[in-house]
Amino acid sequence: MTYTALTEHDKAEMLRTIGVASIDDLFADIPAALRQHAKLDIGAPLSELEVRRKMNSLAARNVNFDQAASFLGAGMYDHYIPAVVPAIASRGEFATAYTPYQAETSQGTLQVIYEFQTLLCQLTGMEMANASLYDGATALAEALFMAMAVTKRSRFLVPRAVSPFYRRVVNTYMQGLPVAIEEIPFADGITDAEQLTSRLSKDVAAVVVQQPNFFGCLEDVQAIGEAAHAQGALLISVFNPVSLGLLPPPGSYEADIAVAEGQSLGIAAQFGGPGVGLFCCRKKFARFAPGRLVGTTTDEQGREGFTLTLQTREQHIRREKATSNICTNQALCALMASIYLSAMGPQGLKNCAEQSYHKAHYAAKAVAKSKGYELAFKAPFFHEFAVRVPSSVAEVNQRLLEKSIIGGYDLGRDYPELENVMLLCCTEKRTREEIDLLANAL
Amino acid sequence: MLEPLLFELSDPGQYNDYLPALDVPEAKLDMPARAALPLPEVDEHTLVRHYTRLSHKNFSIDTEFYPLGSCTMKYNPKINEVVASMPGFALAHPLQDESTVQGWLEVLYEAQRILAEVAGLDAATVQPLAGAQGEFCGLLMIRAYHESRGEGKARTRIVVPDSAHGTNPASAARCGFTVTQVASDEHGCVDMAHMREAMGPDVAAVMITNPNTLGVFEKDIEKLTALAHEHGALVYMDGANMNAILGQVKPGDTGVDVMHFNVHKTFSTPHGGGGPGAGPVAVRKILEPFLPTPYVVKQGDRFTFDYDRPQSVGALHGYWGNSGIVLRALTYILRHGSSGLQEISENAVLAANYILARLRGVYATANENICKHECVLSASELRAKYGVSAWDIAKRLPDYGFHAPTVYFPTIVKESLMIEPTETETKVTLDAFCDAMLKIAEEAASDPDLLHHAPHTMPVGRLDEANAARCLNLCWAAPENDSSCQNGTPHDAHREVPQASTY
Ligand SMILES: Cc1ncc(COP(=O)(O)O)c(C=O)c1O
Repeated sequence: MTYTALTEHDKAEMLRTIGVASIDDLFADIPAALRQHAKLDIGAPLSELEVRRKMNSLAARNVNFDQAASFLGAGMYDHYIPAVVPAIASRGEFATAYTPYQAETSQGTLQVIYEFQTLLCQLTGMEMANASLYDGATALAEALFMAMAVTKRSRFLVPRAVSPFYRRVVNTYMQGLPVAIEEIPFADGITDAEQLTSRLSKDVAAVVVQQPNFFGCLEDVQAIGEAAHAQGALLISVFNPVSLGLLPPPGSYEADIAVAEGQSLGIAAQFGGPGVGLFCCRKKFARFAPGRLVGTTTDEQGREGFTLTLQTREQHIRREKATSNICTNQALCALMASIYLSAMGPQGLKNCAEQSYHKAHYAAKAVAKSKGYELAFKAPFFHEFAVRVPSSVAEVNQRLLEKSIIGGYDLGRDYPELENVMLLCCTEKRTREEIDLLANAL
Repeated sequence: MLEPLLFELSDPGQYNDYLPALDVPEAKLDMPARAALPLPEVDEHTLVRHYTRLSHKNFSIDTEFYPLGSCTMKYNPKINEVVASMPGFALAHPLQDESTVQGWLEVLYEAQRILAEVAGLDAATVQPLAGAQGEFCGLLMIRAYHESRGEGKARTRIVVPDSAHGTNPASAARCGFTVTQVASDEHGCVDMAHMREAMGPDVAAVMITNPNTLGVFEKDIEKLTALAHEHGALVYMDGANMNAILGQVKPGDTGVDVMHFNVHKTFSTPHGGGGPGAGPVAVRKILEPFLPTPYVVKQGDRFTFDYDRPQSVGALHGYWGNSGIVLRALTYILRHGSSGLQEISENAVLAANYILARLRGVYATANENICKHECVLSASELRAKYGVSAWDIAKRLPDYGFHAPTVYFPTIVKESLMIEPTETETKVTLDAFCDAMLKIAEEAASDPDLLHHAPHTMPVGRLDEANAARCLNLCWAAPENDSSCQNGTPHDAHREVPQASTY
């Protein structure tokens, strides 16, 4: 009995009630030949103690942020997670509930999602947000689908300065569909404005812009938005949620859809997932929104309550005509992001963003002083910067690892022209001592 | 008992200081900074009370029996969470050098290997993020397979039974396929005659759920997969209901070519109020070249990501999937081993049949004889006699301390109540639930109004779902922005039905 809860005595009584002789009889509908081959070959059960030992030894084969100072970002960030976040999110009442389809027994989850939607509107300056999507990359793919539905156009301009990880996923989602995705080059770390405007025309559904972009640099989002809107195209912003403690939000530069990876809002990196896809848009697009939405309503006595709404967009009702196929989303991670945003508050988030900014700039200066190292771009940046290094990025990272430092991302993997260029990141967690150590170890 | 919103708890000037003072010189801000940041200001203690009180307004597996059909709401072992929070797992970056994450790579590799074995197929990817994305991934691979054989343009149609979950046709549409729905026979199984008619040279795949959404094992599954293959189509299996057949039958042996698991159902990772989950996909050899990139392989005693997969359908996630969820699922599987997984299906099926036996007669049943992991009842007789619907029954159960079953799904059963007890409930709990269901059937006859207005003991009474769509309010606004629609905007909601099917 690992977690099964029926005793031998229970089973005998239950079989009697059912009117069969054995549990085997309950599988009599499966052809015998199929059942004969069904024996699994995955080993004997492990006790809890054994499994814990095994997993501990696997965990020990990973270098983690507690052992080495991480300067690695590229979309996943090592920000501080206040203790209150996991303490609340691990409550069984939240963690072990299903999707709140039965509103009266799920008011806790529903209010959390309504507050999450509102917190995102406050953070981004956008008019509405959904209950979450899988991650930042799939949220961008969903944004493209929405833009197609809204504009009835199917050409997209996607800068190369947008995360290559996101662009890969977008390409996966769009393969085989009558959609054109055109890449826009960058110059000195930011999207080439001339190239972008020259490709814009009345058949473009949306222009994507990432702020800060994959290189950490700040784009002229205002100008890009204006250029897109002049052609009737939508502006899709891929934002960094923590950066909005400091930078103007997507709503302020008239983004029509704004998406992000929400991992940096109180969610551990966990080798990449689960994080949470943030999805915000104009309210007039509500009917085209993917995923779940929570709204307010009243009960029979006029008391206020929360419920899932506009469900007729969704797969369980609309089937092949649904706005998206998403069902299970990342609700528990959305709860973590909500707790994080409310615990940090406006001052805390601003402090976090500012410290990340100042530390990254301190680090950039220190690194650029090392012989053979120089900043790859001159554009203003937030908390990540690209550095040209004198040998291969792998060699530099190996040297850093020996000093208990997790180095940066090798941009040459995705950009042939950026061979020997490393993307470094500083969150508020990096100390001056760690940054000095990094600069000295180069 | 209304809990104030976070925003109503905001007390300007409150500030929780989690961060030390800045220890480097300030840099010049070479950009326009944000003007105002209108987040709530709440002290940590008030926050904890707020969220704790909200948690009390939820039913959950940890607090109540939650027999939501098709969702496999089983106990979520605490050891899974302990493992996931080990720093070596929780605090690792997806882009670290492979030599520094060998433990993580081994976890993903082992999960790939074991899930392929459970499926009875040749390989598996753990990248898909949930069941729906697993379907999408599988269908992309199916298209890539046909393309590799020069039939990509010709095969544009997916055949799906009418009892299938909504994500099946929605995922097919996402890939650009058209969907043909085939009917079920009187036992809820795929109607083979219809299936034969639906087949043709333009069919790319048949999607099948086994056991199906009526909790019935598709008796003709081998004929069905053979029929699809005769027409050059592949077979996708929705594995959401694997809890019924773990170690009893390997899907690969039934002839299916590709399937997904919902680890947040079968392998006990917590549902989290709607997610996150993971939807690993297992495939037959012929589909292996098309698996998403990257794929974890073992070279000697070293684990590594293989990116060199020219025929791959590509990436489905920014990194490697919901690894933290896959880790929990692997922990659970290792705890059980071969014999333990088989015990799961035995006990889950026993529990469902016990409920079926106890409620049969009082409730009409869609299951003829035995069922698998869930049973499907119908309230249509109660509706005809007393005007009591499945919805009313679902709303009354919480008054007895039980979460509702899934209702109005599968849609092929009128007034359906889909009950999935899982293997982790005691007989005492199962009996108490059955007693409540029997009592509710009595109430339907004696006091139908009691049911029409249920629930009576929840923090709110029955909510008007249609109104939420009419007066769309998705985001709290400060009171001065109120309109006639209570700070919502009147929304054209003519297509919203008052009783949405729910599951
Ligand atoms: C039968 C069936 N298929 C597919 C799905 C979709 O899975 P997910 O919610 O993980 O995307 C579900 C569950 O919601 C289901 O019950």
